[in-house]
Amino acid sequence: MIEFVLDGRSRVATYMQLVLQVKQALRVGLAQPGDRLPKVRDVAQALAINPNTVLKAYRELELEGLAEGRPGVGTFLVRTLAGPSLAHHAELREELVAWLGRARAAGLTREDIAALVDTTLRATPDRPPTGGT
Amino acid sequence: MTEVALHAEGLGKRFGRTWALQDCSLELPAGRIAALVGPNGAGKSTLLHLAVGLLRPDTGWARVFGRDPRHDRDALADIGFVAQDTPLYPDFTATELITMGARLNRRGWDAGIARDRLTRIGIPLDKPVGRLSGGQRAQVALALALAKRPRLLLLDEPVAALDPLARHEFMQALMGAVGEYGTTVLLSSHLLADLERVCDHLVLLHTSHVRLTGPVDELLAEHVRLIGPRLPDGAAVPGVAEVIRASHTERQSTLLVRTDGPVDESRWTVHDITLEDLVLAHLGASAGATPSEVAA
Repeated sequence: MIEFVLDGRSRVATYMQLVLQVKQALRVGLAQPGDRLPKVRDVAQALAINPNTVLKAYRELELEGLAEGRPGVGTFLVRTLAGPSLAHHAELREELVAWLGRARAAGLTREDIAALVDTTLRATPDRPPTGGT
Repeated sequence: MTEVALHAEGLGKRFGRTWALQDCSLELPAGRIAALVGPNGAGKSTLLHLAVGLLRPDTGWARVFGRDPRHDRDALADIGFVAQDTPLYPDFTATELITMGARLNRRGWDAGIARDRLTRIGIPLDKPVGRLSGGQRAQVALALALAKRPRLLLLDEPVAALDPLARHEFMQALMGAVGEYGTTVLLSSHLLADLERVCDHLVLLHTSHVRLTGPVDELLAEHVRLIGPRLPDGAAVPGVAEVIRASHTERQSTLLVRTDGPVDESRWTVHDITLEDLVLAHLGASAGATPSEVAA
C-alpha cells in the first residue's frame, strides 16, 4: 500500500502532492489496479493534515478514472499508468544512469542536468515525425 | 445546503468599558476545520467562550447547530471545548478524569474512545496528569473532549505551549479524530505555518472585529500579489476590489490585493499567496487603521 509523504517546501497544493504520488506509483508499477488506497483517516493522522484534503485527492483520482470509491470498503485503484512501456523502464533506466555518469564526468552539476533534460524535453516534439529516434 | 455548525450575528462582549469582541458575524459550515487567528487581545478566547456559552453576550447571539448554548442543554451536548493551557485537575489520573467525565456527562459519553486513544499513543492512564509532560496532558484533554462525541470541537491555543514534536503529535491525533468522526473544528492558534495544512476555513480577528472570514481556498483564489511598475498615488487597478497592502519603490509597486475580475497581466506579474501571507497582510493592513484598545 502507498505510504504518502509530503514535501514541506513544495509550493504544490497538498492534495495535488497526494495525487501526483499515486500517479508516480502507478507509472513505475509500485501501485497496481486492485490496490486499496490508505483510509482517509489514517492518511490524515499520519501526515497531520485535514481529512478533507485527502478526500479531495481521492476524488480527483476518481475523476481522472484512476480510482473508484466503494462505499464502506474504501477507494481502490482501477487503472494503471504504466502501460506497455513499463517493460522498457529497466533498460532505459540503465542507459540513463550511464548517461548521467558521462554528464557528471563532463562537469555538469545536478541543476545543469535537470535544466538540460527540461529544455530538451520541451524542444522535442512528443511524437517524432518519422520513425527515427 | 450544508448545515451550519456555528453561526454568530452581531455578537459582542464588553468587559467594563472595553469591547473584547464587537459586531462579530460569521458562519462556520459543518465538517470544516477552521482556524481562528489574530493577535493577542483580538478577542479569540472571548469568541470561543461565547460559542460554548461560558460567557453571556452583551449584543447579538451565537448558535451551535441552530441552538443557543446558554439556554439549551442539547446544544451543550454537541460542543467539546479544550480551554487554553488544557486545564486538568493535576492530582487526577487519566482514568479518574474519564470517570469524572462520565458522571458530568450523562448522555453520549464514550469512555472507550478516551481510553483507547490514550492507550494507542502510550500515555499512562494511572499517573496523576500533573506529572505528565505538556504534550501528554494536551493529549489527555483532547481525548476527554472527544469522549463527549461532540459535533463541534473548540480548541483555544491547544499547541501554543508544546514543543514541535508534541505539536505534531497533537495535530496527528486531532486530524485522525476528525477523519473518524467528521467533527467540525474551530481552533485558535498563533502558529500560522501549522494551520496551512490543517484548516480549510478562516476566521481572522483583529482589534475585537472580524477582519476576514470564509473558506480558505476561496480566499486564496481571490487574493494575489501583484508586482509591476510604480503605480501613481491613488490610481485604481482594474480587476482589483481592495488593496490590502501596498509598498512602493521609485520604480516598482508591490500590492497584495483582493480581486474581483481579471487583472492586466501585461502590466502586472501575478503571484499566488499562502494563507500565512494573507493573514499577515490583513493584520498589517489594519494595524494602523484602528487603535488597539486591548493590551495583550
